[in-house]
Amino acid sequence: MNLFNIFDSITQVDPEFNERVSPRRDAIRNMMSFGKKVSMAAVPFVLSDLFKRAYGQTPTDVNGVLNYALTLEYLEAEYYTIGASTGGLVPSGPAAGAIATIRDHENAHVAFLKSVLGAAAVAKPNFDFTAGGAFADVFSNYDTFLALAQAFEDTGVRAYKGQAGILKGNRVVLTAALQIHSVEARHASHIRQMRRARGGAAANQKPWITGANDSGIGAAVDPVYAGEDLKVQAGVDITTLNGVSGRLSEAAATQSFDEPLTAPAVLDIAKLFIR
Amino acid sequence: MKETTSTNENLATVDQELSSKQLQRRNFLKLAGAGAAGVAFLGMVGCKKDNDGPDRGGDGFYFGSGDIAILNYAYALEQLEASFYIQVANNPYSGISDWERTLLTDIRDHEIAHREFFKAALGTKAISNLEFNFGAVNFSSRDSVLGTAKVFEDLGVSAYNGAGWLIKDEAYLGLAGKIVSVEARHAALVRDLISNGSFANSEVIDSNGLDVSNSPTVVLEAAAPFITSRVDVRDLPTY
Repeated sequence: MNLFNIFDSITQVDPEFNERVSPRRDAIRNMMSFGKKVSMAAVPFVLSDLFKRAYGQTPTDVNGVLNYALTLEYLEAEYYTIGASTGGLVPSGPAAGAIATIRDHENAHVAFLKSVLGAAAVAKPNFDFTAGGAFADVFSNYDTFLALAQAFEDTGVRAYKGQAGILKGNRVVLTAALQIHSVEARHASHIRQMRRARGGAAANQKPWITGANDSGIGAAVDPVYAGEDLKVQAGVDITTLNGVSGRLSEAAATQSFDEPLTAPAVLDIAKLFIR
Repeated sequence: MKETTSTNENLATVDQELSSKQLQRRNFLKLAGAGAAGVAFLGMVGCKKDNDGPDRGGDGFYFGSGDIAILNYAYALEQLEASFYIQVANNPYSGISDWERTLLTDIRDHEIAHREFFKAALGTKAISNLEFNFGAVNFSSRDSVLGTAKVFEDLGVSAYNGAGWLIKDEAYLGLAGKIVSVEARHAALVRDLISNGSFANSEVIDSNGLDVSNSPTVVLEAAAPFITSRVDVRDLPTY
């Protein structure tokens, strides 16, 4: 197996692949010459029924990660598409503009991941954003809509982070995943600001995550934030390090590192919204 | 809080190979030139080059090779950001609101946490404290401070995004992932402070919904006007 075959197989399925991943065309061209350095993780790009896996499974290879990501992007894309088109839900002006921006990114992520996966892409699940009635007013109460949006974005950031290891060394796919990952973090930052501006339970919201479950949403989203209160990184307790005056606070320690979430944990959250 | 540069033991060994280093430097600059378009947006900061900037291939702080070099690269960028926000917090721009002060102080502490983490994790392999020149920044001006912060945060995001695939060790990759999303949260916030709703606009997100990614070479070239210390990145993985 070599990379030329892999890219041949992609371009057979999707002749516009190179165009679509532009400006990464140069990256792909360069990758050919770096062939030996690229990890075998790239190999599952080969398209076959073997990789047409159903969503809801823990990914073990590159295509698995891409389908896992696609499932989450389907969820977000549909969520914002419905929200943006529901009259009277999102106030016009900056709020509507921001939701439209995020909607467009999530739909672009869906299109991008589908283009990369080609025939191996999983189909879109049917979603129930009320989670069986737990969030019954999700598309009629703006605060509920924003709260769930924050939970989805913060989950998305953690989900991508959790799969980086499988993509290690894969110039094209890992880089694209990181580029989506940071966009989700930008979204999370903005949604958190939007919620803070609404006041109430979200009045203390910051763009970054402080401790475990700072959302003000309640225990319903505890799984989204489980482990975010970690203050030891690679054996280094961040609260023992010096800040400007004294040691760094525990809040700063937990804010300054976002934590990954395992696939089973993410899927447990996502399944609540899949019929 | 003034950063000071201490003598680095690597300097001695580096000096012995000056001629080959000079060659490396030429290659580096040539390579960097190819990516100049990617950093053209940095021109908006109006960084004046009062000197020739860092000698990135000469007798400077040696980053090491492989993953260690990438960690030192991240450490250098976190030093830059921490140093900047320390000055911002010490000299609040005129008209700063309480909320802005809280946010910028939070960011300062995050960057210090990142910096000190890398220093602790790298141990004896860590480069020394770098010196920076923020002469192009008017710290009393909100526009100047936030404009510079935006450049640094977007650059930091692009740096981690672009260096991820170069990292060999899964644990290091995971740590980079934990940090880059925090930088992206900063970037979005700073952008919104400048212009609400610009958190992820088309300056940084392409039509596929993908954020910016830059090679270490391009990032260092962009950061160069702010870095006074000489750094030796001849063995830093890049592309």
